[in-house]
Amino acid sequence: MSARAGWLFLLPMLSVLTLVAGWPLLRTIWFSLTDARLDTLDAYTLVGLANYRALVADPEWWRAVWNTLRFAAVSVTLEVVLGVIIALTLNARMRGRGVLRAAMLIPWAIPTVVSAQMWGWMLHDQYGVINEGLLRLGLIAEPIAWTAEPSLALWAVVAVDVWKTTPFVALLVLAALQLLPDELYEAAEVDGLGPVGAFFRITLPLIWPALMVAVIFRALDAMRVFDLMYVLTGNSRSAASMSVYARQQLVDFQDVGYGSAAAIFVVLVIALVTALLVTFGRVRLGGDAR
Amino acid sequence: MERGGRSRNGGRAVAMKPKARRWRYAQSLHLGMPSMHKHVAAAFAMFLGLALGPAAAQTRIAIACGSVGVEAQLCREGVAEWARLTGHRADLVSTPIGSSERLALFQQLLAAGSADIDVFQLDIVWPGILSHQLLDLSEWIAPELLERHLPLLLRNNIVAGRLVAMPWFTHAGAMYFRRDLLEKHGRRIPETWEEMAETAQVIMRAERAAGASRMQGYVFQGRAYEGLTVNALEWLAGSGAAGIIAPDGRVAINTPRAAEVLTAASRWVGTITPRGVLNYAEEEARGVFQSGNAVFMRNWPYAWQLVNAPDSPVHGRVGVAPLPLGAAVLGGEQLGVSRHSRHPEVAVSLVMYLTGRAEQRRRAIVGGMIPTIPELYAEPEVLAANPVLAQLRDVMADAALRPSAVTRGRYNQVSAEFWNAVHDVLSGERGAAEALGRLERILLRVGRDGHW
Repeated sequence: MSARAGWLFLLPMLSVLTLVAGWPLLRTIWFSLTDARLDTLDAYTLVGLANYRALVADPEWWRAVWNTLRFAAVSVTLEVVLGVIIALTLNARMRGRGVLRAAMLIPWAIPTVVSAQMWGWMLHDQYGVINEGLLRLGLIAEPIAWTAEPSLALWAVVAVDVWKTTPFVALLVLAALQLLPDELYEAAEVDGLGPVGAFFRITLPLIWPALMVAVIFRALDAMRVFDLMYVLTGNSRSAASMSVYARQQLVDFQDVGYGSAAAIFVVLVIALVTALLVTFGRVRLGGDAR
Repeated sequence: MERGGRSRNGGRAVAMKPKARRWRYAQSLHLGMPSMHKHVAAAFAMFLGLALGPAAAQTRIAIACGSVGVEAQLCREGVAEWARLTGHRADLVSTPIGSSERLALFQQLLAAGSADIDVFQLDIVWPGILSHQLLDLSEWIAPELLERHLPLLLRNNIVAGRLVAMPWFTHAGAMYFRRDLLEKHGRRIPETWEEMAETAQVIMRAERAAGASRMQGYVFQGRAYEGLTVNALEWLAGSGAAGIIAPDGRVAINTPRAAEVLTAASRWVGTITPRGVLNYAEEEARGVFQSGNAVFMRNWPYAWQLVNAPDSPVHGRVGVAPLPLGAAVLGGEQLGVSRHSRHPEVAVSLVMYLTGRAEQRRRAIVGGMIPTIPELYAEPEVLAANPVLAQLRDVMADAALRPSAVTRGRYNQVSAEFWNAVHDVLSGERGAAEALGRLERILLRVGRDGHW
């Protein structure tokens, strides 16, 4: 009886999910098997797996996949390291801690497109403030074209992403840190465990579940990154992510069939990465966190 | 099709088909009619409309035109005047400012068969992309009204034998230069790209030696986007190299001459042009030039007002000329009518009014929009409002087009492959010959061996 009632209560959520997530997903899968184009969506023929075969054969696609993986790995790693350091700092008792905690959140509060445009201007090679500063300090002799140079563009995007989303990681870690009991550290001190030992033996294992949640969130976000690249480097292939590639095919080139295949591929890659993270990060999604 | 000729019917819209309706349009826009009657009639119609609901005479349509700044203002005024003359109404629909976002929106609306928007403002490369969803205007419009427009633009808007849009305003790239610096160093306005590069090099070196350490020679649009396609086609135009795709659909880009032209351009980058140009669109280039840090800049006519604004650091020190070798690749906007429109005849009448001679003349004088009717280029008032037009009018007639009519729905892909190839050459990732060979292979695949 109670099981039936449970299903009854779940029904609204399940039907909404089917409508807003299931249906578009199924439709995208369907389109990925056709040669549909955006201006004539009704007139298409089934082409089987031809779109996927073409996708796998396209070097630009693999370049986009590689860009995305590098972007995700480097940006999430930096964000986690910096986020933990910032959280530990802000967790210490000191004056002005509340103000600092609020100030830390500012980058996270700015919409991505706005911060990307802002950084686009700051990174501008001729009138950007970053080149100006580096030139004045004598660190570089010539202005650097951060977002234009093919070898630098991706790292410029990584830097902006780290600036923007480190606060998110720091916030989650800070919340976990505040739940840690002081007695553990007192006991550690009595036992002669130094601060480094305390961090690796006590703090890190205890905040690990929260940290992994932050990592999974950030990794998912990073794998489908779109707006940063779109604003900072346009469709430039040296920094294009999988989503930029899929959007270009779907919208700019109106190739709904091929673009849908790319979009489905993005979903598969993200699912794979998440599965790996959950498995190797020892995260138990089924509850019982301790 | 010649310039000049029959112009006396002014901005009047003449709809040809269906025959029975023809005279109704001709009369409803008859400007010679005593205007008193018109006002009374309009007021009466409005009164009826308010009192009795939609009157039979008044039809309401919607137009998507420029949504910000002077473009929006000009469109609003033009539509209001048309509404006053015809007694119909047209709502202005705000659309995204970014051109690719706008195209995506239009594609989705049209693909869904939506009748929400009747008249669309279309970029010069869109008629080919959207042709399936647009009415063939040649069935509605008297041929003598067409002949007044730049033949090149009409050709651009004829896709597979159907005239899917009317030219509304146009523009072409121009060479902006620092008049003061050219005079100071005794140089003339360059006529070839080689001369431009040499002049830029000499002045840049001298100015840097004199303390202007930020001075650059030449800035243009080198970002991987549509603007780079236009810039590169301008280098190719007049050099003897063919365009990307020949009018018959053949892939024509992979020639030794084209490789030479691109190689020459790639030598600018890092010498007279900052490497940052690889990410410059129009505004970034203008930023460098307007700060006084470049001798030459390629940009559209809109930049003239801005670089000469009273608060511009280079105010009064800038000149403008056609690009070297008289190269011009036309840009601009068209008006097309949706196939799904419920009131095609009213929509066509709005298009004909807005693209008509009187309205184009008004837009040129008030807002500096370059008309698509060449006979207006001779009018002193139009020229006074458009100093850049005076320089460009001779090259516009021989301008080149992007291959959007022949490549149709594949144009964006062709253009993206082209700008990526050019970007690779400019950034030094690939040699020109290699990049063009690769581009040719990709385009043959995309265009199914010329059958687009």
